[in-house]
Amino acid sequence: MTDYRMQILICGGTGCKASESNEIKKKLNYFLSEFDLDDEVEVVLTGCFGFCEKGPVVKVVPDNTFYTQVKPSDAEDIVKEHIIKGRPVKRLLYRNPKNDYEVTSAANIDFYKKQIRIALRNCGFINPENIEEYIARDGYLALGKCLTEHTPEEVITEIKESGLRGRGGGGFPTGLKWEITRKSEADQKYVVCNADEGDPGAFMDRSILEGDPHSVIEAMAICGYCIGADKGLVYIRAEYPLAIERLKIAIAQAREYGLLGNDIMGTGFNFDIELRYGAGAFVCGEETALIHSMEGLRGEPTFKPPFPSVSGYMGKPTNVNNVETFANIPVIINKGANWFNKIGTEKSKGTKVFALAGKINNVGLIEVPMGTTLREVIYDIGGGIKNGKAFKSVQTGGPSGGCLTKDFLDTPIDYDNLIAAGSMMGSGGMIVMDEDDCMVSIAKFYLEFTLEESCGKCTPCRIGNKRLHEILDKITQGNGAEEDIDRLKLLSNVIKDTSLCGLGQSSPNPVLSTIANFENEYLAHVHEGKCPAGQCKALLKYEIIEDLCTGCTLCFRNCPVGAITGERRQPHFIDQSICIKCGVCFEKCKFNAITLT
Amino acid sequence: MTTIKTLADLRRIKEELQSKIKLRENSNHPEQLTQIKVGMATCGIASGAKETMKYFLEELEQQAIDAVVTQTGCMGFCYAEPTVEVILPNREPVVFGFVDKAKAQEIIDVYIKKGKLVDGVMPITFKTIDD
Repeated sequence: MTDYRMQILICGGTGCKASESNEIKKKLNYFLSEFDLDDEVEVVLTGCFGFCEKGPVVKVVPDNTFYTQVKPSDAEDIVKEHIIKGRPVKRLLYRNPKNDYEVTSAANIDFYKKQIRIALRNCGFINPENIEEYIARDGYLALGKCLTEHTPEEVITEIKESGLRGRGGGGFPTGLKWEITRKSEADQKYVVCNADEGDPGAFMDRSILEGDPHSVIEAMAICGYCIGADKGLVYIRAEYPLAIERLKIAIAQAREYGLLGNDIMGTGFNFDIELRYGAGAFVCGEETALIHSMEGLRGEPTFKPPFPSVSGYMGKPTNVNNVETFANIPVIINKGANWFNKIGTEKSKGTKVFALAGKINNVGLIEVPMGTTLREVIYDIGGGIKNGKAFKSVQTGGPSGGCLTKDFLDTPIDYDNLIAAGSMMGSGGMIVMDEDDCMVSIAKFYLEFTLEESCGKCTPCRIGNKRLHEILDKITQGNGAEEDIDRLKLLSNVIKDTSLCGLGQSSPNPVLSTIANFENEYLAHVHEGKCPAGQCKALLKYEIIEDLCTGCTLCFRNCPVGAITGERRQPHFIDQSICIKCGVCFEKCKFNAITLT
Repeated sequence: MTTIKTLADLRRIKEELQSKIKLRENSNHPEQLTQIKVGMATCGIASGAKETMKYFLEELEQQAIDAVVTQTGCMGFCYAEPTVEVILPNREPVVFGFVDKAKAQEIIDVYIKKGKLVDGVMPITFKTIDD
């Protein structure tokens, strides 16, 4: 086996490749062989470091030196100075923006502290189908400690002090919820894990259940101990087969090891967990609807109070928490509330998992401390916008959330800031949009989702959203008027005020937030009959510029509907009444003679 | 199979399991094993992690390389699935992205057998709770 003395890692992500990281690799290899170092030092192209802002990034190990904005011409210096003489090339070192000092070791770069994995601590680290690996990572230790060393009140106090708030979106203080359920008197109580993750583009809970199911099981048992329940139920959507499979295996293993069942760890505490499958209705993420669905009734929400903590599943006090909330619990017990509440902002403690999706380079699952800015998430961790396009908006909170503009990029993410900005935390879906996305169409897309998912119980939600959708459709067809925008606002507010559950109350949010932040786009649609992003097909118009057209007949031959006419070597014409706006002519024309307006 | 009856039981089992894993990772014995962890969450499987894992199992078996192939959850690099973490004895864990059969072959031939890194390493950009 060859043992290399040193490795030079070069970022090969899209961003860095565009700034010649391949060329840097070539040059480095060239100079290394020049000095006969190629069997001592190896050069490796890596995946995206996520630090695209300062790319191309080059890291030298084992000394962990981190170079930023490296050019192919710097390769010679890196080899001659750093590799041969052992002196880092100072001018290429990353400078701390706060004090302009050079940072030599990658470990000292703030960027690498941007993600902290608490809920995801074991995801991608342990084998989720082997309980032993979980135990080796302090698994079930928190449960053991709670059962033998603490009273339920003490555990609840610890959770309250940690400042943990519900990660499903509402942000209700978890410790308080547990306390209320504990105080409700009944012969039977239940712990419910809400794994009905329904936001489009969100997959935080699924990944936790697939990667670390035991952390949820352990936390549910701890919750059971605190509130006085011996039964836990996981409400999970049937369209998550792998998560269900892993949960089943994990529950069976926990029973085998005596970590679920009767007399857990000899303390007399009994707890067991069953699964309940949902059919994938968005409204069943709302806790009362979820409970009705588990009871075998229609998944419709009912009026609160009574809250589930008082009267929930089968009329008994029920504590409903989200998957990610539970995944935080064992760490809080093991590390202490004071460790946890030092992470995050004043009112939002700990971390939040986000599913990054949309027009972003590093689509994936991230976990950042509360208070991280959207800019850090999108540009530093997410690696920026795909294909070098301009950022337009980021949608948080799923269909109930809002679209934020670049003015909010430096807003620290926490529950309260996002609400103040006109969006919400939601369960953690984060969809990034670029300049090619039409905000009216985006609002329409989310409304289509809520239209389908509305349970139909409340008239404003059932019919109001349908009307909203019709108006939006009218606007995207180019038939809108300015009054339509006012009508959208009015109707949205009525729906918000008069719907029973969170789905209806928040369904117009995408409409309201896009109007608030992108009113110009709406106005362009209704006044000028134009879609600035070029997405609304009905508003597009392809035309041939006579002066540039050579009459090559290429467009004529490629038009699928025969909308183009013209003689050879004479300018051609597009018949707008036949044109289906497919854009083929625009792509095929070699003379840029076709315009899109 | 052990049943855990007390907290002391749990702690003891934990110690045992931990030392087992430590032994696997840090010992200098020649029989120590190479570990390969394949990210097998939905994102990974959808991008072909099952085939990748199968290929590793078959190929290592065929070449008589002693290695443990296990599965794990989502490492977060969903854009670079399938992702595979390889821990060679006495080396830091290395995560590779976009591991299809060809890449798996390259990892086995070049990294596992010769200890020479191949392109496509994913940099780890997060802190763990132990940091």
